[in-house]
Amino acid sequence: MKTFFSELYKKANSGFWPIFITLGLLIAGTISVYQSPRSLSAFLTLMLCPLLVYFMKINMKVKTFIGLILVIVILPVLGIRNIFYLEVIFQMAVFAALALGLNIVIGMAGLLDLGYVAFYAVGAYTWAIFGSKQLSLLHSIPGAAPAGAEFALSPNYFWLFLFLGVGLAALAGILLGLPVLRLRGDYLAIVTLGFGEVIRVLALNLDKPINLTNGPQGITPIQRPPLPPEFILSPIRNLLTPIVGHVPSEAEFYNVFFYFLALIIIMIAITVATRLEDSRIGRAWTAIREDETAAIAMGIPLVKMKLAAFAAGASFAGAMGALYAANRTFVSPETFSFLQSIGVLTMVILGGLGSIPGVIFGASAVVILNIQVLQNFSLYLSELRQSDAVIPIINFAWKDLSNQLDPAKYQKLVFGIILVVMMIFRPSGLIPAERRKRELVEDKE
Amino acid sequence: MSLLQTTNVIKRFGGLVAVNKMTFSVDEGHIVSIIGPNGAGKTTFFNSLTGIYRPEEGEIMFKDHSLIGLRPDQVSARGISRTFQNIRLFGSMTVIENILVGMHIRLKQNALDALFRSKKFHAEEKEAEQKASDLMEYVGLKNVGNELARNLPYGGQRRIEIARALAANPTLLLLDEPTAGMNPNETEDAIKLFRRIRDEKGITILLIEHDMRVVMGISEHITVMDYGEKIAEGSPQEIRKNQRVIEAYLGREAASSKD
Repeated sequence: MKTFFSELYKKANSGFWPIFITLGLLIAGTISVYQSPRSLSAFLTLMLCPLLVYFMKINMKVKTFIGLILVIVILPVLGIRNIFYLEVIFQMAVFAALALGLNIVIGMAGLLDLGYVAFYAVGAYTWAIFGSKQLSLLHSIPGAAPAGAEFALSPNYFWLFLFLGVGLAALAGILLGLPVLRLRGDYLAIVTLGFGEVIRVLALNLDKPINLTNGPQGITPIQRPPLPPEFILSPIRNLLTPIVGHVPSEAEFYNVFFYFLALIIIMIAITVATRLEDSRIGRAWTAIREDETAAIAMGIPLVKMKLAAFAAGASFAGAMGALYAANRTFVSPETFSFLQSIGVLTMVILGGLGSIPGVIFGASAVVILNIQVLQNFSLYLSELRQSDAVIPIINFAWKDLSNQLDPAKYQKLVFGIILVVMMIFRPSGLIPAERRKRELVEDKE
Repeated sequence: MSLLQTTNVIKRFGGLVAVNKMTFSVDEGHIVSIIGPNGAGKTTFFNSLTGIYRPEEGEIMFKDHSLIGLRPDQVSARGISRTFQNIRLFGSMTVIENILVGMHIRLKQNALDALFRSKKFHAEEKEAEQKASDLMEYVGLKNVGNELARNLPYGGQRRIEIARALAANPTLLLLDEPTAGMNPNETEDAIKLFRRIRDEKGITILLIEHDMRVVMGISEHITVMDYGEKIAEGSPQEIRKNQRVIEAYLGREAASSKD
């Protein structure tokens, strides 16, 4: 059986087959999503395409071209037909960036960080405080906002604060790094977990003595960066109207806009992660992960390199945090719970510790599972509840099923199962990390 | 002129004195050995030299600068490289990457060079790769650059460790039981390699060794440790005849019955 599949794989991945299969699936996926924008299976088919593009043996230029067409043309257009997909992909991008950042800290440098979401919070609150009316509410009681409050800054400042969010998150990374430098393994995990909670509790309680974070109610509304000017938008609108079947609204344009912002950030994150990995710094990180004592004896400055890992990892989360705050126009401490940290960790472990394509895949898979598969399952159950269907043998009527049973709320269970199963059966992840093969002179003989 | 000079170095672990008043020197261009029974404090002394442990008392001078209080990476930057008693390679990195890690302090690229892939970055990486390949060949390894270090046989791993240590351009190379676990042929090759490193590269070598053939064969000077103290030093001939050394190794009674 196994040989049968590997033969099949070999056959499918040679000659003209790869490009044929990939394009076929891409077209099939595109058409089916276009035809039935609400079908989960159609969406999953389309989402298989990037994976195929990655794995199939296709000329690198063709690969890049197909990938670009998919993310720049197909996904946004389909996204306007069903805005929910853009939301899914936006979340995938956000979490992929978080997973890439966490992967630097855990996967490359081997520093188990369980409070990673704190840096995400730092980025988010950076723009939330300055991009909302919060600055003029510093001395008022949370919740009782006076009517005359105004936005402190113009929405254009978002771009500046995107960079500030990156910088502040990196700084927070260094601040966390400093006290935990001597710790390894479990001890490090516990302290970082505590740090994550500290940031969340700070966000929760900094509504007094001055009202910086508006406490548990969170900050809203937060301004969004302005859309591109009308002379760019109107031709796109004219072009899209016949394709999507209606005139795209401003809200839809905003979704596409944020999708592209997330895409740009994720591209930068991938570039930064790959380039750092394949340099003196990345090698030093891996050496520290493999054997700290040997690494330091080889002349690697442990303090500097560990802090660099924390800062680099945190900066990814900072960027996505600022973007997230603008996208949601709302942040509250609840978003930055411990569960989120575990979620990102799950993505990294599912995809493969230290593997850049792996963690992106992991993030996408977990996001789809969480906000699509589980939700669809919940929907299905509630339909069953309303029907008269009965499970035959045990004679159980679906309408007696407790309302408490709601798969959409079982995120924690899913994370737990993924973590346990991966650790037992495939500890190096679904797409394990590979070391780069160098073209060495001596190899040529 | 002595390259490395230690004066009354003491290292304690709680009540145990692991290294007691070690006064010891290594001359430039020599191959020097430290021998002694298990638990004599040899490796602890090595760790004190390289900054992994901080000695409680005493002075360590290297090229006329004190090493006391320096971190291991700083010691390494001063020109002391080492290998470990139980091989400590970076197992899931490739052989060539292991050697490149050894070059860490000699490379000048910073994060920005790496991010923007500057000309300097490419040139330096290429040069480093070439140098790493040369080092691999120097220690007698071929066509294994892209293998994971943990997949190499034992003898090969020992060689990579030496290549990794050489990558930092040291003036003094510390080898902690470099031939442990090798068969006679491999040991023979290793001895040749140590000689070549000293003769061709002019690197001073200080080694801890159990294998008496190795020690007697290549050392110009031998220091014997027992219970953390130096009990004898001298040329191989002198050490061979030294009564205290024989006692330390064979026990007092066995040593006297032998006569």
